[in-house]
Amino acid sequence: MADAIIDLKHLVKKFGKQTVLKDVNLAVMPKQIVGLIGPSGAGKSTVIKTALGMEVADGGSATVFGQVMPNRKLLSRIGYMAQTDALYDSLSGRENLKFFAQMKGIKKSEIKTSIEHVAKVVDLQDDLDKRVSGYSGGMMRRLSLSIALLGNPELLVLDEPTVGIDPALRRQIWRELGSIRDEGRSILITTHVMDEAELTDKVALLLGGKVIAFNEPVVLKTQYRVDSIEDVFLKAEGELQ
Amino acid sequence: MRTFAIMKRVLTEMIRDKRSLALMFLAPILVLWLMSVIFTANSTTNVEVGTVGVTSSVSTNLDQVKHVTVHHYANEANAKKAMKADKIDAIIHKTDNDYSLTYANTDSSKTSAVKMAFKSALTQTNINQMKSQLGVAQKTIGKLQATLPVQAQRQLQSQMPTQKKATTPQITNHYVYGDSSTGFFDKMLPVLMGFFVFFFVFLISGMALLKERTSGTLSRLLATPVRRSEIVFGYMASYGILAIFQTILIVMATIWLLGVEVVGSVISIIVINLILALVALAFGILLSTFANSEFQMMQFIPILIIPQVFFSGIIPMDSMASWIQDISYIIPIKYSGDAVTGIMMQGKSLFSFGLDISVLLIFLVVLTFLNVRGLKRYRKV
Repeated sequence: MADAIIDLKHLVKKFGKQTVLKDVNLAVMPKQIVGLIGPSGAGKSTVIKTALGMEVADGGSATVFGQVMPNRKLLSRIGYMAQTDALYDSLSGRENLKFFAQMKGIKKSEIKTSIEHVAKVVDLQDDLDKRVSGYSGGMMRRLSLSIALLGNPELLVLDEPTVGIDPALRRQIWRELGSIRDEGRSILITTHVMDEAELTDKVALLLGGKVIAFNEPVVLKTQYRVDSIEDVFLKAEGELQ
Repeated sequence: MRTFAIMKRVLTEMIRDKRSLALMFLAPILVLWLMSVIFTANSTTNVEVGTVGVTSSVSTNLDQVKHVTVHHYANEANAKKAMKADKIDAIIHKTDNDYSLTYANTDSSKTSAVKMAFKSALTQTNINQMKSQLGVAQKTIGKLQATLPVQAQRQLQSQMPTQKKATTPQITNHYVYGDSSTGFFDKMLPVLMGFFVFFFVFLISGMALLKERTSGTLSRLLATPVRRSEIVFGYMASYGILAIFQTILIVMATIWLLGVEVVGSVISIIVINLILALVALAFGILLSTFANSEFQMMQFIPILIIPQVFFSGIIPMDSMASWIQDISYIIPIKYSGDAVTGIMMQGKSLFSFGLDISVLLIFLVVLTFLNVRGLKRYRKV
């Protein structure tokens, strides 16, 4: 079995007196899309921030590509998309992409082709030279996703990437995520759209600061004897109380 | 490389934000110009004095004092009525041989102007009296001398040859800096210039980093392998460039528009203000990490920026309590103000302010270090 890309073991994270993560175990293998689901406030973003090294774990370990996080250099191999769009409004789409390409340390000669490629994936080729302040909400989301895709990172970490995106585009994005996986790269994605969770290879259910279930969607459904991930979620939540 | 890219991006954003640019470049000039207009207009105080029962010689002398106008009143009641109606600023009432003065005192500078004028008018009157008495005495002496024998007259003349030369001495004023119209505003100007540079750079840089944080672009930026120091230096470089232009503009406007005399080198003044701008920049970035919104950033202005003006040397500190003087040592504007005053008014060289410049540089290094450390809040490496 290959080494895990992301490996979180017994992760504990406290903010002041509040313990957000009690015991989180999660592994993302190569060629895998892992979905992280849980009610809002469960600590999904905290898991992601710890995996990226923005936060330091108070207990347990977080390793990415076999190295302990936080690790600044590893960040060049990770594409991250946050919940907020986080774009520079007064710059054009292309200027945003170029800036983040430079920050990621992509070679100067490759920046242009990389921008063209990611713009095509999110269908923004024609709007690249417009200022972001004139973009619609969906266009901003797509630009934000394309920034995460820059430089073909081996690992994508996406925090609620499809919020506010219309269904057609959502399908398209998931198709793209599928082909990224097929290229051999890994994706960790948080969502609270349950039918999206069905599209992942493995689902982690985060509840009460713990991952209470972590398996393939089909296995989870049989395990809980229900028809959808949504029911799994509700049943698990019910059992916990 | 990344520092350069960040600098380029911040500059592009700034150039597209026309309003903030206008604030940085036009607002200081407007305020400086307004202040110069107001302070120069206020430099002469005209006072109206009412007199009751004052001898004509005293009141004529009083009337001859510059910027003083005398009105006569028959009795004190009338004079008081006039004062209530805001027509006169003071009443001088003479009873027997004594004077009693009543001041409206709504403007302390007018009160002291009246005091001065009255004193000099009294002195003048006394001198005139003495002069006329002296004239009488001299005439008597002349008459006495004429009665003396010729030989004794010659002896007397040779004994006091200087007597006639002892007339009133001529006073000529020489100004090392400026001319007779140099006033309080000129003294304030070096400090004010620094204050404007400090204030506007502080505000705009602080806001910029705050926006970066609240919009989430900062955490996105920190999710790339960029170094924390590269972000801070990128910001310093871009705002440094902006500050160069702003400083040059403010200095030039002060010199050309307000016609202020600069004895020393203009370039030295720009250099000092530029270092101050960088301190302001680092300070703004640091404080923005303690603010959660633009409004909270504004709250720092009355708490941390305005008090700087009082300790910066606009108001002379020499006579203040020693603990107040101690506070001024941690005020960056004080150091730039001292140095710019020296260069502008005394023509000292930049190198004679090694201490002031070093202190400013220490501020800069410490604040920059704190900023790089401070970003650790958002990414642990």
